Amino acid sequence: MTTQLSSVSEVLPPPTERYTILGWLHKNLFSSWFNSILSIVAGSFVAVVLVGIIKWVFVSAQWAVVNDNIALYMKGQYPGAQDWRLWVLIYLAALLVGLMWSSYFHRVDVIAWVLVSIFLVLAIWLLLLGKAAWWKLLLVDGFGIVGFSLGQRFPNVSKRLTILLLLLYMPLVLLIIRGFGTDGFIPQIGTNLWGGLLLSLLLAIIGIVFSFPIGVLLALGRQSQMPALKTLSIIYIEVIRGVPLITLLFMGQLMLPFFLPAGISIDRVIRAVVAIIMFAAAYMAENVRGGLQSIPVGQYEAADAIGLSGYRKMLNIILPQALRTVIPVLVGQFIGLFKDTSLVALVGLLDLLGIARGILANPSYIGRQLEVFVFIALIYWIFSYAMSYAARRLEISLGVGER
Amino acid sequence: MSEPIITCRDVHKWYGQFHALRGISLEVKKGEVIVIFGPSGSGKSTFIRTINRLEEHQKGTIIVDGIELTHDVRNIAAIRKEVGMVFQQFNLFPHLTVMQNVTLGPIQVRKWKKEKSEEISMQLLERVGIPEQAYKYPGQLSGGQQQRVAIARALAMQPKIMLFDEPTSALDPEMIKEVLDVMTELAQSGITMLVVTHEMGFARAVADRMVFFDQGLIIESGTPEDVFYHPKEDRTKLFLSQILSH
Amino acid sequence: MATNTSEQSAVPIWRDERYLEIIAQAVVVLGIVALFWWLIHNLLTGLESLGTPLSFRFLGQTSQFDIGETSLEYSRNSSYSRALLVGLVNTLRVSLIGIVFATLLGLIVGVARLSSNWLVSRLAAVYVELLRNIPLLVFLIFLSSTVFHKLPKVQEAAHLGNWAFLTNRGIYIAWFDPAASYTVYRWVLMVAALAAVVVAALLIRKGKRTGRMPLYWLWAFVIFVVVTGLGWFLMPTPPLTVNIPSLQGRNFRGGISLTPEFMAIFSGLVIYTAAFIAEVVRAGIQAVSKGQREAASALGLSGFMTLRLIIFPQALRVIIPPLTSQYLNLTKNSSLAVAVGYPDLFSVGGTIVNQSGRAVEVILITMAVYLSFSLLTSLFMNWYNRRTQLVER
Repeated sequence: MTTQLSSVSEVLPPPTERYTILGWLHKNLFSSWFNSILSIVAGSFVAVVLVGIIKWVFVSAQWAVVNDNIALYMKGQYPGAQDWRLWVLIYLAALLVGLMWSSYFHRVDVIAWVLVSIFLVLAIWLLLLGKAAWWKLLLVDGFGIVGFSLGQRFPNVSKRLTILLLLLYMPLVLLIIRGFGTDGFIPQIGTNLWGGLLLSLLLAIIGIVFSFPIGVLLALGRQSQMPALKTLSIIYIEVIRGVPLITLLFMGQLMLPFFLPAGISIDRVIRAVVAIIMFAAAYMAENVRGGLQSIPVGQYEAADAIGLSGYRKMLNIILPQALRTVIPVLVGQFIGLFKDTSLVALVGLLDLLGIARGILANPSYIGRQLEVFVFIALIYWIFSYAMSYAARRLEISLGVGER
Repeated sequence: MSEPIITCRDVHKWYGQFHALRGISLEVKKGEVIVIFGPSGSGKSTFIRTINRLEEHQKGTIIVDGIELTHDVRNIAAIRKEVGMVFQQFNLFPHLTVMQNVTLGPIQVRKWKKEKSEEISMQLLERVGIPEQAYKYPGQLSGGQQQRVAIARALAMQPKIMLFDEPTSALDPEMIKEVLDVMTELAQSGITMLVVTHEMGFARAVADRMVFFDQGLIIESGTPEDVFYHPKEDRTKLFLSQILSH
Repeated sequence: MATNTSEQSAVPIWRDERYLEIIAQAVVVLGIVALFWWLIHNLLTGLESLGTPLSFRFLGQTSQFDIGETSLEYSRNSSYSRALLVGLVNTLRVSLIGIVFATLLGLIVGVARLSSNWLVSRLAAVYVELLRNIPLLVFLIFLSSTVFHKLPKVQEAAHLGNWAFLTNRGIYIAWFDPAASYTVYRWVLMVAALAAVVVAALLIRKGKRTGRMPLYWLWAFVIFVVVTGLGWFLMPTPPLTVNIPSLQGRNFRGGISLTPEFMAIFSGLVIYTAAFIAEVVRAGIQAVSKGQREAASALGLSGFMTLRLIIFPQALRVIIPPLTSQYLNLTKNSSLAVAVGYPDLFSVGGTIVNQSGRAVEVILITMAVYLSFSLLTSLFMNWYNRRTQLVER
């Protein structure tokens, strides 16, 4: 046989495996008697559960508690006449994402399609519910695509624009959502009216953005050779990581007013924000430290040998590389923080969970817990899963990238 | 070629209990090319790393270009400006392009204008033979090309002294020559060089003086002629026979 | 340390790298101390002006509130500190039992994710992805309000045979009661345990001598079961009787009863943490490289031997650190019991704050307790890391 093969020196295709449906079933489900039993048990379990869910969703569930209160879930008691401010921010975000995409990833990726289709699905859903907002959601995709093509057309200008927008976005969000003055173009809206998913997202974004610089400083402190700085950083990080977030939130609500001089009062949302930032900073520090540890000593030495100052060395050489390696981890942290913001419901804030409990307290919705909790769990799930999926893709594309 | 540009007197260094440098005294004249060799762990790398303060010496005196290396941060900064270094592992900055790698020092430390720095850097990249790679990232280059970028990066600061810490040890055999060629050209240009290497062909061709290190001491030094053909010490003979035999 | 030549000492302090470090640290430390001093000063004066200066003496006062479930003796005449202790025991109770069950469930799901059966591994993946992406608090409130408080009324209890009854007042499960002969049987149990330990020790010694470690835990277990089983039949009457819960008046009596609050926090923590543990287990097993498997089969080890001698010890080394941090997370997350009404440390603390107005003191105590949990855990981790490093290198 070997002699025969060696005489035929052409390149042969591999023997084709017969991939029929039956073959697949045999290989993956019924390869042994044990596997067969497992498959049958698991299969019937899935069937029962699916039938149950479908029956419940389409027959027994009463979705009025969700349909009638969509606006509340999404933005709490934020006045409807000011909705356009939120839409402006969403469009801006879409534009920014599009710009970032073309500037830093250079090509359309699976995540882009995922994001686009999520908005499409949401739009169709709203359409089915008969809300007039479906075209606004489609506009989100539109702005994203505009951003992307801008980035493609004018790469250099767009890169600067992206960075500028990124830096400006957060202050802009707070400015536009809060507003100023009593009447005028954008009247002030107190934080007591912020609620629902809007508040949950805001808390998470503010938490991650503001904890970032603190976390970087703490990580540098913990990595430094200076014993006093190192000890202080370790104490902070370990104390915060050692206690549950809920104790910090209560501390924020009950103790924070005491820490400030008499006469200064801060509202409940800010108190929660402070606690969340303190909390997130400790975890951020550990994540960034992971990135710092991944930088080889040679990079420090090369920077020293060129004569860069300690500050320049960190800013130009070490941090850019360290942060780049931790981007996926930071997305993970953001997801965690987004989920953790639900705890503010326990200190009386009306975030997505808080507003859901508020709605359930309405006598006309007695007994509708299942519908409400399934609905908000689904919202949390969609956001978290989409982000974690994006983070995984990001990890892959960063890993194969320019390194 | 008279006044010494580097003066080391009785330099000691400990790592914990381990006595890594046991009293090194060496004078290097301006424009001299010195090749340092010796078995691994003999302190040769540690020694050249003390010259730009990547390692702190704990006893003795090091004077570079008239500046004494002390705990004074101003002196350390001044010396690092005058001393360029090339590492075994290249240590290029992977997140910066070749051009950004080379211009980083001139722009941030020398405070030169970006245009001027880029012009100089381009000339240096031409000198090391890879101007066409200027806008690529280090990860896209071969080992030999990366090491040549590292040489250009060190030269961009226009140093008076160049330190090479086993610049060819991490390279595949076919890339060693392209790096040695650049170094040879550099040696002939009159810059002061301290090179830790086992490339004896290179040493024979360009070294003014060879220094043999063992166990934290300078065992022997002299012209390549002397060291290769009339080594005085047995340890030098033994070591040379080991590295030249294969 | 450094040379002491005349030029060296001439370096001005503000340019000397050694002093620069000290100065920088001193500035930061001073700044932070000043900040804290200011904050604490504000706090103390604030409390003073409210007429409740910082003091822990209130802990001795009677609490005047009831706690739903207690493992310790407690009444509304007990002190605040007793109430906190009850809360702490409840926290430990739900955490420790939760850790055991979460580990078991997590192991099953983690191994299922690696199953060659497509359906099983998909199901496990759905389980993990479903739970990891929703907030624990939402899940807990969901469980509490749509499952455990929605169980049938006591009179219409759902039941599994006669052994377990599910009601909205709690879950009642049949359990053992010691009978008269139990006092004697206790000795049998002790003898059995002793025999098991001795056999295990002997087998381990033999294993060390021959280099082929027998399955000592299996043998020890067999010995224990055999001895206790023999003892059971030798007793004149069975040492344990089964206590079946039965409806007496308006509630069930007998067996073990678990409140809906406990069930909500317990099952929530277990189901949720198991998803994370499953990921830890999967990553641990996958971390053992293919080369190790190949080397093991090249040596001719059987599949089971490979698993026991090569894969498992290595996977365990990878698994234990993240697993410990999941345990710690579970313990910290048990503070969410406050949302479902289970009286854990944090929830009792909240009641005390409402009752006594001593917010600052109670928060400090609570944080200190959780902090000591995590310090103990990290001490264990340090010890474990040092040990494995010594063994492995």
